[in-house]
Amino acid sequence: MLTITDARKTFFPGTVNEKPALRDITLHLAPGDFATIIGSNGAGKSTLLNAISGTLPLDAGSIQIDGIVVNRMNDHRRARFIGRVFQDPSAGTAPSLTIQENMAIALRRGQRRGLGWGVTSARKARFRDELATLELGLENRLTAKVGLLSGGQRQALSLLMATFTQPNILLLDEHTAALDPQRAELVTRLTQSVVHQHGLTTLMVTHNMEQALRVGNRLIMMHDGQVILELDADQKKTTTVPDLLREFEKIKGATLDDRTLLS
Amino acid sequence: MIAALELGLIYAVMALGVYLTFRILNFPDLTVDGSFTTGAAVAAMLITNGVPPLLATGAGFVGGMLAGLVTGLLHTKGKINGLLAGILTMIALYSINLKIMGGTANLALTMQGTLFTPLADAGILDTGLSLVILFVGAFLIKLVIDWFLHTDVGLAAQATGDNEQMVRSFGVSTDTSKILLLMLSNGLVALCGALIAQYQGAADISMGVGLILVGLASVIIGNALVGTGRGIFITSLSVIVGAVLYRLIIFLALDLNFDPNDMKLISAVIVVIALLLPRLIRRRTPRALPAEPTRSAVIAGGTQ
Ligand SMILES: Nc1ncnc2c1ncn2[C@@H]1O[C@H](COP(=O)(O)OP(=O)(O)OP(=O)(O)O)[C@@H](O)[C@H]1O
Ligand SMILES: [Mg+2]
Repeated sequence: MLTITDARKTFFPGTVNEKPALRDITLHLAPGDFATIIGSNGAGKSTLLNAISGTLPLDAGSIQIDGIVVNRMNDHRRARFIGRVFQDPSAGTAPSLTIQENMAIALRRGQRRGLGWGVTSARKARFRDELATLELGLENRLTAKVGLLSGGQRQALSLLMATFTQPNILLLDEHTAALDPQRAELVTRLTQSVVHQHGLTTLMVTHNMEQALRVGNRLIMMHDGQVILELDADQKKTTTVPDLLREFEKIKGATLDDRTLLS
Repeated sequence: MIAALELGLIYAVMALGVYLTFRILNFPDLTVDGSFTTGAAVAAMLITNGVPPLLATGAGFVGGMLAGLVTGLLHTKGKINGLLAGILTMIALYSINLKIMGGTANLALTMQGTLFTPLADAGILDTGLSLVILFVGAFLIKLVIDWFLHTDVGLAAQATGDNEQMVRSFGVSTDTSKILLLMLSNGLVALCGALIAQYQGAADISMGVGLILVGLASVIIGNALVGTGRGIFITSLSVIVGAVLYRLIIFLALDLNFDPNDMKLISAVIVVIALLLPRLIRRRTPRALPAEPTRSAVIAGGTQ
């Protein structure tokens, strides 16, 4: 479903601030794969997701979604394939529009938009059903401005908006990090159920290692622009957080040594 | 007095255009000063050459849309700062408008029939009935704008002014949205220019100077009356009311023997007051804002 080949991205190339953020990343996700991504700050996790979504052009390498090479498509064209939820709860919705208007915009993801009425009664009924699955009572507040919702409600709505049209790829970048533990748990639970329900191919960045092990069927650890560890479903079941930490220290030391040796 | 109200209702068309860019798109578009005159010049020139007034007025609208297209392209594809893009188009339009008017700075329409001639002939102008007719006209345009903003395209355009990252992630080209709104906005402004030229019986090369302030004043005054956070229907209606109120204020200022040369200064002062007043009132009655949850401590362990 998603194939990334030798993706390379360097910020400020040729200057003293040169920062390689992706070093020849190769990654393949089969349809329905739910991979969690962990890694230290600045490992390149967000850069990878931005490269997939097209908000950041790659220096080299290629990205294929469902067999289509998307390298030359800009972000709003790729949106046809991709649903996204951002870390900032206010990033995924339009605050001065109502819940139903936001959902009407999301409903047309990747389709032509015409001069038809945005919020029809048929669509409203659909929005109500979809919102009811969040169990937050938002289905009774269709005409409320999204700017009035709490961070957790907004993030749950963002998740719904990104997924109810069943994108080929779902990208989640620390989408629970800005929420309090209770809300974060709720959004995580909603994420699991919606991904399961639609069988979405998903990449989820998180800083919570326990969550990274518990959620999804694959785990990817990044460091310094590289994938340094990949676990499949079986390996994930038998791995613990201390295991991960130990593995990280070991591989990190090794890759750093390699680079010092090579340079 | 009635003349002031009539003017206000005609200028409401321009204010609705400014509302689209300033409020919906969050884009202070200075093209307006030029495109207003473009609409007036195109309509006046065509009417002088025997084109039916209605057609000439429509052509004025199209002229304004082209001006908006230029500003939109400069800003989106050319990546030029929005204010600068508007200024560039506005200044270029000065020469273009002169060309449209055949090199003269003033084009009188006294000999020709205009859209307002039938009203004048029937003795309706300057009566309550003319106000009703003009209000219905402005209201119909407002309804078309309301409708447009509620379509799939319109919702995407609204969201573009609200959260670009979000609309792009749902497959909307924000460039297209911006260009569309700028075209529609300047089309309305030029339409208003075409109407004013016919109402006053002349197109003048400097008739658009400082007009953006009139538009902003109308939008800000109107919105201040109903408060922010209202639906589109009320908000766009308030813009019409704002445009009329603005004319009344100017009318009263003239009545109080202010120098007509001071009108631009008065306009600027009105805008400043309209901008500051709601903020000052709000400061005296602080409202509790819902607290945003902060980045939490869930981040257990981490590998940093
Ligand atoms: N737009 C940018 N311009 C310049 N440098 C950038 C940009 N975005 C990221 N970087 C740099 O690239 C590196 C990778 O950043 P990235 O945001 O991908 O890290 P991350 O793994 O998401 O980290 P975090 O866990 O802190 O979110 C960092 O060193 C960062 O400073
Ligand atoms: Mg990040």
